[in-house]
Amino acid sequence: MTAKIEAKNLVKIYGENTDKALELFNQGLSRSEIIQETGLTVGVAGVDFEIAEGEIFVVIGLSGSGKSTLLRCINGLLMPTAGSLLVDGKAVEKLNDEQLRKLRGEKISMVFQHFALLPNRTITDNVAFGLELRGVPYEERRERAQKALVSVGLEEWKDKLPEELSGGMKQRVGLARALLMDSDILLMDEPFGALDALIRAEMQEELISLQREIKKTVVFVTHDLDEALRLGDRIAIMRDGAIEQIGTADEILSDPANEYVEKFLQGIDVSKILDANSISKWPREVIRETEGISVALHRMKKADTDYLFVLGTRNKLVGMILREDVLKLAKEKNKSIQDIIKETNTVQSDIIMRDVYPELRNAEKDLAVVDDSGRFLGVITHSILLMTLDERKGGDGIAES
Amino acid sequence: MPSLELPKLPLGDAIEWFVRWLIKNLSAIFDFIREVLNAITGAFSDGLLWVHPVFLIVIFGLFIWLITNKLTALLSAIGLALVWNMGLWSQLVDTLVLVVVAVVIALLIGIPTGILMTRSRKLEGAMRPVLDFMQTMPPFVYLIPAVMLFGIGVVPGLFATVIFAIPPPVRLTYLGITQVPEEMKEMAIAFGANDRQVLAKVELPLSLPSIMAGVNQCIMLGISMVVIASMIGAGGLGEVVMRSVSRLDLSLGFESGLAIVILAMVLDRMSRNIGSGKETPLSRIMKNYKKHRKQKEIEQSA
Repeated sequence: MTAKIEAKNLVKIYGENTDKALELFNQGLSRSEIIQETGLTVGVAGVDFEIAEGEIFVVIGLSGSGKSTLLRCINGLLMPTAGSLLVDGKAVEKLNDEQLRKLRGEKISMVFQHFALLPNRTITDNVAFGLELRGVPYEERRERAQKALVSVGLEEWKDKLPEELSGGMKQRVGLARALLMDSDILLMDEPFGALDALIRAEMQEELISLQREIKKTVVFVTHDLDEALRLGDRIAIMRDGAIEQIGTADEILSDPANEYVEKFLQGIDVSKILDANSISKWPREVIRETEGISVALHRMKKADTDYLFVLGTRNKLVGMILREDVLKLAKEKNKSIQDIIKETNTVQSDIIMRDVYPELRNAEKDLAVVDDSGRFLGVITHSILLMTLDERKGGDGIAES
Repeated sequence: MPSLELPKLPLGDAIEWFVRWLIKNLSAIFDFIREVLNAITGAFSDGLLWVHPVFLIVIFGLFIWLITNKLTALLSAIGLALVWNMGLWSQLVDTLVLVVVAVVIALLIGIPTGILMTRSRKLEGAMRPVLDFMQTMPPFVYLIPAVMLFGIGVVPGLFATVIFAIPPPVRLTYLGITQVPEEMKEMAIAFGANDRQVLAKVELPLSLPSIMAGVNQCIMLGISMVVIASMIGAGGLGEVVMRSVSRLDLSLGFESGLAIVILAMVLDRMSRNIGSGKETPLSRIMKNYKKHRKQKEIEQSA
């Protein structure tokens, strides 16, 4: 499979006459040394990555880490000083002006941190801006823009000016403008950075559900780690223009590449990021609904537990059996466990860890984790929950309550 | 004490030599410009003077009402009527034509220059001292080359006025465009705009208030220069002012001065509102027209 977007040893140095700075960079000098020597800033310092079609690729880093610079190299707003950036296998830096405009107008759309809505145009005309540049006739582009506004729930605001809208609404307009272009790639430059926390969470949800339908290749720049872990199929952590680590949220959380990444991850609230599935464990023993009581007793003894989850065909969760019921049954010489299966407390696999706490408190035994079709995925116990919290916080093994 | 006398640099002589060279070699061009401008200003003045002052005052009043408001229009009409009453109507028309033609020329040169300055840092660096020179050189000095190039009359007055009034539109156009947020330009480029589209759809609309302030300043400077230009025979209200000064005629001086003040205020109030986005009768009419058209569309589609 070829990558949708690919960077090959990409370097971007700001300013004119970058030759000397590039030479120093190739000699392995650091960013601060190059500034001292030449006065030029290295924005992106030799970066390699591949972004697959349809994935949300999040670039995260502190301000000045080069993440926005990297984003602007993708649609040629900035030209790389060295190395190459390929979109669909074609090098962006080798395109002429006309081809570059075509790439921007048809293949790549962008969403901006401060919305970049033209204050002198109505919402409809703002959304239609890209089509206007493309030369779509007035009536047609207005019609299409208004349809796009319906899809973001802002049709009543179509004749208003941007100043009359709240921040969240403005960014919805920005999103509608980008989506209307029907391009494969969506570049988002800290799009929710200027919104307050509640609206931001709402917009993240919307983006996730939207992405399920449209399946675009999204490059998302942010400085908010929670946001990155929530949205990103894969995440790249940047520092001083270089990428420190690329991986899925799980990979980065469980195996930070170096000290910087580890430090970066500190202070995040894992309970908001990890879902039930990722913290659950497979129990030591389970039982099939077709099996008998002697097997049940044997397994309970072996696993040192007073209950077992009962699974049906294809690991479907049927319920659980308690030790006391099994013992009662044994006295009656009844061999089948069918009659003593009880209901069990379950949680869906995708609910976040924070919402698992109350469920666990109300549960009779431990919590079974199931997916959409009711299949058993694992179990969450009090000790698993505490251990997970403790591990992620980097404590020394004993959970404090 | 040893004398430190150095030979004087022949700066002034050099300029004079240059202007004389222009006259000698390019006089055909200057003659042509003079004929064209003479014809334009003459036709304008004659046309406006052919209409009866009362009728003209009413037309001006209505026009001012359309682009400002009722009070401004009424006061403007009263002011203009007062000038007519003082017997200075034809001079007022001459001055108005001179100012309008000079301002139009200044804007036609100034606004594109301001735009070009945003595109080239070299041009910007080169224009800065030129603009300083144009603004601070005493305006009387322009009269000398103007007369040498165009002789006595309206056209040298126009020439001097244009040079004096050009810096504000250049500077304010440049300022307005450079103050357009970078993100807006970036957005247009990211959606596939070329340089011309960025200018027409983002930079000019967003810098319109600044550019209109430049237009306003240009008009004001134009009026102040028109008085000076009358020294070389540009005519109009300035000529009356000069005459009253030379005769120490206080009453005539006051009246002609007041007429200039009235003209300046009328033009200022008119040009100040344009581009500010304030609601005016004209904008209301446009809005109603749009609404009406939309309703018609809905009726048609229903």
